[in-house]
Amino acid sequence: MSDASSPSGDGDAPAEDSAPESATAALLDAARQSDLGIVLGTLLLVYLAATVLTFTDGLNSVVGLMRTLTFLGLVYALAALALNLQWGYAGLFNIGVAGFMALGVYTMGIVVRSPDPAFGPPGFGLPLPVGIVAGMLVAAVVGLLAALPALRLKADYLAIVTLGISEIIRLFLQSSAFDTFLRNTLGVGTGGGRGMGLPQNPVRELFLVDGQAGTPTAFGDLAFGTLGAGGLGISNTILIDWAYIAVLAAFVVGFYVLLERLGRSPFGRTLKAIREDELVADSLGKNVDLIKIKVFVIGCALMGLAGILWFGSQGNVSPTPQFMPVLTFYVFIAVIIGGSGSNAGAVLGGIVFATVLFEGPRRIGSSLRDVIGAETPPSFADAVVTLDPTAFLAFATDNIAPLQFVFLGLILVFIMHRRPDGILGDRIETAAAVDLSERPSGGETDE
Amino acid sequence: MGTTESSIVDSARARPGLLLVIFLGGLLLVDLAAKLAGLSLLPIGGAISADRLGSNLWNGVVIGLVIGLAGIGLSMTYSILSFANFSHGDLLSTGAFTGWGVAFLIAGFGDVPVRALLSVRDAGDATAGDIGAHIISTPVAILVGLLAAFAITAAVALALDRAFYKPMRDRDGISILIASIGAALIVRYVIQFVYGSDRRGVTASVEASNLAFDPLGLSVNAHELSIVVAAIGLMLAMHFMLQHTKLGTAMRAMADNKDLALVTGIPAERVVTATWIIGGGLAGASGYLYVLLRGTIQFDFGWLLLLLIFAAVILGGIGSVYGAIAGGLVIGIVFTTSTIWIPSDFNEAAAFAVMITMLLLRPEGLFGGVSTA
Repeated sequence: MSDASSPSGDGDAPAEDSAPESATAALLDAARQSDLGIVLGTLLLVYLAATVLTFTDGLNSVVGLMRTLTFLGLVYALAALALNLQWGYAGLFNIGVAGFMALGVYTMGIVVRSPDPAFGPPGFGLPLPVGIVAGMLVAAVVGLLAALPALRLKADYLAIVTLGISEIIRLFLQSSAFDTFLRNTLGVGTGGGRGMGLPQNPVRELFLVDGQAGTPTAFGDLAFGTLGAGGLGISNTILIDWAYIAVLAAFVVGFYVLLERLGRSPFGRTLKAIREDELVADSLGKNVDLIKIKVFVIGCALMGLAGILWFGSQGNVSPTPQFMPVLTFYVFIAVIIGGSGSNAGAVLGGIVFATVLFEGPRRIGSSLRDVIGAETPPSFADAVVTLDPTAFLAFATDNIAPLQFVFLGLILVFIMHRRPDGILGDRIETAAAVDLSERPSGGETDE
Repeated sequence: MGTTESSIVDSARARPGLLLVIFLGGLLLVDLAAKLAGLSLLPIGGAISADRLGSNLWNGVVIGLVIGLAGIGLSMTYSILSFANFSHGDLLSTGAFTGWGVAFLIAGFGDVPVRALLSVRDAGDATAGDIGAHIISTPVAILVGLLAAFAITAAVALALDRAFYKPMRDRDGISILIASIGAALIVRYVIQFVYGSDRRGVTASVEASNLAFDPLGLSVNAHELSIVVAAIGLMLAMHFMLQHTKLGTAMRAMADNKDLALVTGIPAERVVTATWIIGGGLAGASGYLYVLLRGTIQFDFGWLLLLLIFAAVILGGIGSVYGAIAGGLVIGIVFTTSTIWIPSDFNEAAAFAVMITMLLLRPEGLFGGVSTA
């Protein structure tokens, strides 16, 4: 927000004649009071930027870009919330997020898919809710198996073990031998490297009879008539996606409420006590291992659910580009931006990461590319040889994807250097009534 | 060594899991023997030729030496700076691309445009055959490339340390680990931006580059042989450096007990600088050798190898240079011989499983927590 727009924000404020800076500060202060305010404010800013980028292409593209950004923001928020429970609350450094999300969505797919092998890998043909619960259960059980021995390890060893588990899961899903094995024993398949198609999104059936494009339901007729081709001209797929985004938003709120309640319960207080000082919690008679296992399992189940809501809505899932370890690091960056330990921070971090850091540079890069007239050199070396800044700029904007990851890395290093607590992490919720993190200096550090 | 023996027995008694692993390992060995003999006792046995086992083992040793060489640097930074460096894999890629750029420049200078050579065939349309880099036809180019890979990667590692890790010296291991993930992203995608993203062939094919060792049934490639020679040479140099120079003694002291080393007056920052130069250089050299082995290069190959390198380092015991070499050999051999029992889809998973089992049963590694000795 620019500080020029401040006086209109709170017109009836008593500080009528005060300098604009302080009014802005007051407004920001008021926004800071409410987490919802910050999250919605960020979303509004993102929408504003999306509108600026696409308004020349008409309403349909504006709403379409907003849809993509909101979807990504919400799914990253879901995954970040689940990770925040493990890392922010209990200090468990799990970098196998991608593996647990893959377990969730693959289990859901296998349970729900039709048993008829004519349509690709066969499944059990059970209803969708059963599949979702099964996906969460399998993620939780694998989390339990991983947690039982691994939690005794040092944090960096736990990190490597979970990364190894996530890669093992991906390699299994990728393997055609495992697919054949499952087909021969259980009569179901994973589809190997080609992946599998996923069941129909129930939100789609709300609008279309059996999900078929030509046959809208009564509700679909109404929606398409007022907002779609008959009214504002927004395409039907975008409208359906927005309805699904509403579902996702409900899940984000659900995750948030669940984690907040968990955090304020006696269990949550113990959890934070473990994070602050494991030795003290142990000495006070808390069963540290059991609590860590519980939290790890709950977190893995939530990751499974996040995986289902995210990749399950994409129509198709395949192990290799989607569940590479880099996905885990994206979620980590989201949590770190928001500040580990803060649930509102995780939501905000998810939205900021997905929109500003992940999608933003691509959109801006392609918009810039359209402005530059020069032809794109075929390679970096060719671009350097031309000694022409515009040709180089054309190359850079055409290859914005690697630059964006470089930018992401710089952000990560910068945050670790300057703001290790993230945007909202300074409000990390302490376990005790007094702030234990501000201990007087001079004591021994625990090695 | 009597004490070590009894401690092993004690730990076996205390941990049934270890016994289980030993039992399973024995079972696999019996099965292997049965397979070699051609016996078939229903669940175990089958048929496998000694040739296949021999070539599997040889391939495992070659890959294992490269992984072990890369592991030395990771192990050194882990023990001296106390963090798991996730950007280590991308140092391998750095060394590979820069080293091969230099090797190409020497091998193909005059015939092929310089920009195609230095960009490792990203620019222009010269094929690997046009450039003709091979250890038999252009040995000087390959050797100079190896040296360049070492030198340039050492410089990059040092620059990363100065820019990213030095300001965080007193922070906890996890914070530096996260920063190293950021550094890994930066290095990997700068490489993609500069060298392009497609996988491409690097070495030319030369007639009669296979040397057959008939009695063993082995067919050894000239590149494999040069990799083994280079890797063992670098490891020996490392050994002499650690054991017989003042710097090596200082490094071992830092790895063993940092506070004591500082009190003794060891210049910590200078040791850290040397660690990055040696560790980064060895990473670059091993990346270069890995590409020589595989014959192809791709911007993220180092990152994909990182977990295997971690597996080697953990297996050998973090901080132990010899452990990293031994761990690399074990991981390499597991990687290639596991295909005897399981489909080749899972050979990487098998190596990770070995690493996880090791961490759970004996987190101090094969060499039992001996630091850099």
